[in-house]
Amino acid sequence: MKTCYIHSVVSISAQDSFSENDTIFEVREYSDYKISAVHPPYRDFIPLSQLRRMSPAVKMGVAASKKALEKGNVEQPDAIITGSGLGCMADTETFLNTLLENDEQFSTPTAFIQSTHNTVAGQIALGLKCKAYNTTYAHGSVSFESALVDAQLQIEAGEAKNILVGGVDELGTEFMDYVHLVEQKQMQPIQVSLSEGATFCVLSSEKKEGAVAVLKAVEIRSKIAEENIITEMHDFLKTNKVKPSEIDAVVLGNNGDAFDVYYENLQQQLFPETDCLQYKKYVGEFFTASGFAFWMGAQLIEGYTLPKNFFIRKAESKPYKTVLLYNQFKGSQHSFVLLTQC
Amino acid sequence: MNALKQELKENIIEQLNLEEFTVEDIDNDDALFGDGLGLDSIDALELIVMLDKDYGIKLTDPEKSKEIFQSINVLAEYITEHRTK
Amino acid sequence: MKKGVAITGMGIVSAIGDSVEENLQALLTSKSGLGISKHIQTHHKNAIKIGEVGFTNTEIATQLQLSEDNNFTRTSLLGCLAAKEAIQNAGIKSISEYKTGLISATTVGGMDMTEKYWKQFASNPESQKYISSHHAGDSTEKIAASLGITDYVTTISTACSSAANAIMLGARLVKAGKLDRVVVGGTDALSKFTINGFKSLMILSETNCTPFDANRSGLNLGEAAAYLVLESDEVVAAQNKSVLAYVSGYGNANDAFHQTASSKTGEGAYLAMKKALEVAGLKSSEIDYVNAHGTATQNNDLSESIALQRIFKEKIPSFSSTKAFTGHTLAAAGAVEAVFSILALQKNSMFANLGFKTAMPETGLVPVTQLQKKELKHVLSNSFGFGGNCSTLLFSK
Repeated sequence: MKTCYIHSVVSISAQDSFSENDTIFEVREYSDYKISAVHPPYRDFIPLSQLRRMSPAVKMGVAASKKALEKGNVEQPDAIITGSGLGCMADTETFLNTLLENDEQFSTPTAFIQSTHNTVAGQIALGLKCKAYNTTYAHGSVSFESALVDAQLQIEAGEAKNILVGGVDELGTEFMDYVHLVEQKQMQPIQVSLSEGATFCVLSSEKKEGAVAVLKAVEIRSKIAEENIITEMHDFLKTNKVKPSEIDAVVLGNNGDAFDVYYENLQQQLFPETDCLQYKKYVGEFFTASGFAFWMGAQLIEGYTLPKNFFIRKAESKPYKTVLLYNQFKGSQHSFVLLTQC
Repeated sequence: MNALKQELKENIIEQLNLEEFTVEDIDNDDALFGDGLGLDSIDALELIVMLDKDYGIKLTDPEKSKEIFQSINVLAEYITEHRTK
Repeated sequence: MKKGVAITGMGIVSAIGDSVEENLQALLTSKSGLGISKHIQTHHKNAIKIGEVGFTNTEIATQLQLSEDNNFTRTSLLGCLAAKEAIQNAGIKSISEYKTGLISATTVGGMDMTEKYWKQFASNPESQKYISSHHAGDSTEKIAASLGITDYVTTISTACSSAANAIMLGARLVKAGKLDRVVVGGTDALSKFTINGFKSLMILSETNCTPFDANRSGLNLGEAAAYLVLESDEVVAAQNKSVLAYVSGYGNANDAFHQTASSKTGEGAYLAMKKALEVAGLKSSEIDYVNAHGTATQNNDLSESIALQRIFKEKIPSFSSTKAFTGHTLAAAGAVEAVFSILALQKNSMFANLGFKTAMPETGLVPVTQLQKKELKHVLSNSFGFGGNCSTLLFSK
């Protein structure tokens, strides 16, 4: 079975993660219930003639994919695999509003054809003239991880050499307000902003110079009972022949809601001494937010120093060789991702 | 007629998000599709709806509409002749 | 030739029936399910023909024994019905006995309820339960819950090729030993959103669609859900299961030509078919029947015909599109037509391409116009979508 190397990871988020520096030096603080990504100047990445129709999700996806391919030194990937929980929300809202407000008259096709979840992957393929395998996952908080599972499967089986993988979600204009409205009625609602972003990476079966890390394992579980999370994580690590004490950092998806107990249990019982990090406080919650954790994990292994705000717990400075990512949403859609040094 | 042409240019720029163009950039004889403005088949469908919504003209055959969408001049003439509102 | 992954169960609900048996009867008697809409309220009601499932939402909710305050969208309801039939058909008593996954495809997700309550979400608390059911993954989660699947669960959304990709991924996961068993397929309910979307593209037909006909005038939309149960050889052997057919090949490629239109050369379709044949280790001459994508749009049918000519050269196998039975069921289409392909193998029957009269001048290809009996070993099924997504599945006895 072949090893799955990560050749590049880039992320557009509510932080300056997509800047020239390739890392974040200072954290932007937010208090709004809804925050936009820090959008790069898209004209630098996408021709104007194409840009005119693109929604933020497509712009983020296309720009991030270009940079990921460039950093990974890949011109034509052997597969393009994306994940998006809500798909192209902005165009969905536009088409829906036109339809409802004009009583099904005067609907125009542009917003409709761009409202589908696979718009981003389709546009990337079109831009690259890439006829390879192309697919899109749309399963809530494991949309990005579903793409990782598919890519890893192809690389391990030797079906593809270089794969472009990405996760992207956009805020849109109104749906997130409704999500917020309902969330506020919960006993212990999500405490972080709702947001958007895109993380893209190049995975490869080749260990090239400049490879960032190894994607050792990725697993998805639809449901895990609260009392079983320790055992499940234990089993996952055991399957991959890693002891909990060998994990140098755990990146957790805390968002402040009642289900944070999953993270707290892991932190206290399985990783009492390990460095723990969080990110949704700074990049917000959205279905593919865990892509940012993937970016963070790669940063840690590459040796970048992330701002201390991200750390829930930090021991003395040390190299990070093995990083675990764990995320869930409302007690469902759990994902375990294990990254190691090359 | 000139007011209509001006209106068409403004609407086309807005409707099709042609951010890089201003009304002055579009000559009345410029090809809207292909080499000129670079519009494509999806834009043609957008323009068909615009004709329906703004001028009450119903086109049913997207292929045929290509003749009407040749240039601002041709389009304006067609609208003047066929408009119902 | 490689054997492929065993299919041990299937379930379907579509405009031509609420079970595999009902669908089979309609196919064998060439009875279309297209008509004027009964359930969905749309302005275009009398101007289009659609393929609607007969049940109302309430009828399905009762069958599924859901509580009255449930927030199941029609997409979820249809999905649960078909997936349950598939599990039953596979004779599965205990889900947890083996490592079981679910891969479901959808494009509209919860749009049928979202469009109904969109303007009320801000003010009407009653409607707000449908906010969390909007996203594509929601229907999949509900199907997983109703089947008791807790392991690997995900959703694929690649427009009209979605379910074909779900079946492909399931087969790959079983082959790689990542799952022992997986339920794969797709579900999409009709919505005003899609009706108006395709209307704005001016590709909706006012009459029953006529795939591959020279005078074809566009597609009919439909709604459906269909699922297959795929099981590893170990499970099949251990439980001495009867196998309906095998997923012997699959291919996924991108046309990379235009956001919605297919290329004149049918490049994506050609590549998808080529890959599927390679995976199966079959020669193109070994394909006995093709269940074509055949939506009856000018663009698709010509492009697909050319792709068929390219892959099969002079020896194009018998082919037909079953879209005039069910309508184009979008994300579910790949699974609906997978069920039809398996039925074709089981009954050694090729289903009619309803409505066909005249071959298109560009290719002169003539599909199967009436139910035809023939010994079938390998059936190829195509599914293509927006975004250039093209997928092909191969089913073998």
